[in-house]
Amino acid sequence: MESDLGLWVIPLAILGGAIRVSTPFLFVSLGEVLTERSGRINLGLEGTLVFGAMSGYAAAYLTGSPWLGVLAAAAGGAFFGLIHGLICSLPRVNDIAVGIAMMILGMGLAFYFGKPFVQPVAPDLPSIDFGWWSDVPQVRAALRVNVLFIIGAGLAFAMWWMFRATRVGLVIRVVGDSTDAARAMGLRPALIRTLSTTVGGAFAGVGGAYLSLFYPGSWNEGISSGQGLMAVALVIFARWNPIACFGAALLFGGAGALGPTLQSVGISEGYYLFFAAPYVLTLGVLIATSSPSRAMAGAPGELSITK
Amino acid sequence: MNTGAIGVETLHMTMRFGAFTALDDCSIHVKPGSFHALLGENGAGKSTLVKCMMGFYHPTSGEMLVDRKEARIADPKAAHALGLGMVYQHFTLVPSLTAAENLVISREDAPRVIDWHRERIDLQTFMADMPFQVPLDQPVRALAAGEKQKLEILKQLYLGRRFLILDEPTSVLTPDEADEVLGHVRQLCEEGTISVLMITHKFREVTAYADEVSVLRRGKLVGSGKVSGLSHADMAAMMMGDATLASPSPRMETAGAPVLQVQNARMRDRSGLKDIEIADLTVRAGEIVGIAGISGNGQMELMEILTGQRALDSGTIRINGAPYSATRKEAHKARVRFLPEEPLQNACAPRMSVTENIAFRSFDTGGFWLSPSDMRRRAADLVAAFKVKTASLDSPIQSLSGGNVQRAVLARELSGEVDLLVISNPCFGLDFSAVSEIRARIMAARNSNTAVLLMSEDLDEIMELADRVLVMSEGRISYDAPIAQADIATIGHHMGGHA
Repeated sequence: MESDLGLWVIPLAILGGAIRVSTPFLFVSLGEVLTERSGRINLGLEGTLVFGAMSGYAAAYLTGSPWLGVLAAAAGGAFFGLIHGLICSLPRVNDIAVGIAMMILGMGLAFYFGKPFVQPVAPDLPSIDFGWWSDVPQVRAALRVNVLFIIGAGLAFAMWWMFRATRVGLVIRVVGDSTDAARAMGLRPALIRTLSTTVGGAFAGVGGAYLSLFYPGSWNEGISSGQGLMAVALVIFARWNPIACFGAALLFGGAGALGPTLQSVGISEGYYLFFAAPYVLTLGVLIATSSPSRAMAGAPGELSITK
Repeated sequence: MNTGAIGVETLHMTMRFGAFTALDDCSIHVKPGSFHALLGENGAGKSTLVKCMMGFYHPTSGEMLVDRKEARIADPKAAHALGLGMVYQHFTLVPSLTAAENLVISREDAPRVIDWHRERIDLQTFMADMPFQVPLDQPVRALAAGEKQKLEILKQLYLGRRFLILDEPTSVLTPDEADEVLGHVRQLCEEGTISVLMITHKFREVTAYADEVSVLRRGKLVGSGKVSGLSHADMAAMMMGDATLASPSPRMETAGAPVLQVQNARMRDRSGLKDIEIADLTVRAGEIVGIAGISGNGQMELMEILTGQRALDSGTIRINGAPYSATRKEAHKARVRFLPEEPLQNACAPRMSVTENIAFRSFDTGGFWLSPSDMRRRAADLVAAFKVKTASLDSPIQSLSGGNVQRAVLARELSGEVDLLVISNPCFGLDFSAVSEIRARIMAARNSNTAVLLMSEDLDEIMELADRVLVMSEGRISYDAPIAQADIATIGHHMGGHA
């Protein structure tokens, strides 16, 4: 079969990989966009992701329903977001420091509660076969798209619309861009930021559920390879635009699929280097979009990194 | 909804913060459709008064009448409901939102889902009745200061406010922009659309636009009346009371050799989108060169290339004929000193002590070990010489008042021999007595043969101090004249980029 396709296997596998690997990036970065647009940074989303993966897997195993797992992951993520938001609402608390603490706490709790669930097998999330028209198994494999990916893509567009044409969206942008203006308008910045962080946490939790319930599809302590942290870089790369986040998540997903793809066609030279592709891409993106003499365009004015 | 201007009156309003009386038995009356000016120095109680009127503070005693009915104003929302609105000194527009988004979201009844098509039609109908326009589809950050101020006023009208408090509305505008904005406001008053209470310290604007004026000093109402019956001297006397100012030092004739020469300097501006180009700038010894201009036209970037915070793309800087690349070593050798704007942020380590902050120029001239006793002695001398008021030499410098931070930094920068002093907005936010003292120090430095480059948004300051006036606009120096030939109107046009 492989001989029919030749080197076409590589882009095809990268496309399939991009769709498969990008979903957690997408959810975490959408959660981070929501949080950062309200003027706070939540670096704890890596911990939220891992905790979401654990709680999603556990709930799916105990109830037998993967969707209840996703719900449990969202609830767990929302809880972590809420804690972060409440702590950051106290005076003189730094959101970055709290985020790092929450990241470590989230991972620790996930490993502690997740110990009994390493062995059992939980049901997988369903996916939709968009490749039914093709006889080529590689095409069919690449186009087997998980439902969460489709929900995530829809969410990106919905968030873009929300920031443009709903009261909630404009209020979040106001609070994120100018606390003074928000206060003058009679808004309560701390409350709005806390709610945004909570919902953002729920998104990251769902990203975690995807990891444990679909790809790779099991719960263990090494389930996340830093997707939660890289999503923060991805948000900056996407200039806080949800639709650009979707594109960036696909790009990062594709880079993440490079290593396994090349390995599958028998290229083992520089194997670890290709596995490092997403990280190299992260560094490259951050360097390329930085400037010593220029303020960042599109950044919410109240973010502690851009102030 | 009712329309038309409403009158507002405060009766014996008093506000105490602990033992301190910020506002003492103050009664002012703004008649419907009038343009009322509120004059006073910093700390005279103007802000306290308007914050009481808007419900940010609850006065200790006293009452307020809105439209001749007694009003209890619990919070700003209650004030808004009565038709009272305020335009703050610092813009409260959201920079990344467009003008249209800013207007719609500021409404109490902003819809959950915004139908932009309908809102746009409504906004256009609203704008058609207004005496002035602003572009609705650009992000506010792209608007000029004058446009932003117009949008702030439009926003209040859009929200149905009929009594407006304007807090120093022209402090960031060019004279031309100020005249345009205030002219429109005056027109709205004359038409009976709004009544206005304007906080200001510019006598010219009071005379040109206001009907009546009230003057506050140390929390008390010390005078009020029709503007037509008062001269600038009368108003100044009311504001100042019997306080005396340090008179400006006499200007001595000094004509020296060029100290600072900037030639064909190009650099990127802060946004990274535009170039700043200084074709030729020379400052001679014993001369104050004043650069006028609205902030954001490249003054900050010019300051930054001289302090070494920004790289030069091309061109040369020479000091006393020698190339200068703004390292600390070179600045020390060439005796270049700086007084940046907002010195607490830009020239101090706010949480370090007064002694340490004063030592920043000299601490690294010795060997490896510092000498705390020398640092202390030096700081004590300078604090005494420059009359810096501080609880102790070990207090963090951020605990000092604005004027005293400015004095402390000036003391540090003017210690020893200085060939070139670069200054930016030295008197921003200071009260009269601090202002006149700082200016006297600058003049004294000039008279002792220091070359001074003074960037200031305050045109009066430049006219008072400078020997030569330059205007910076859109990243270029567009005007250059000796003070004797400089003319305010022409400078104003250059500041606005209209010449």
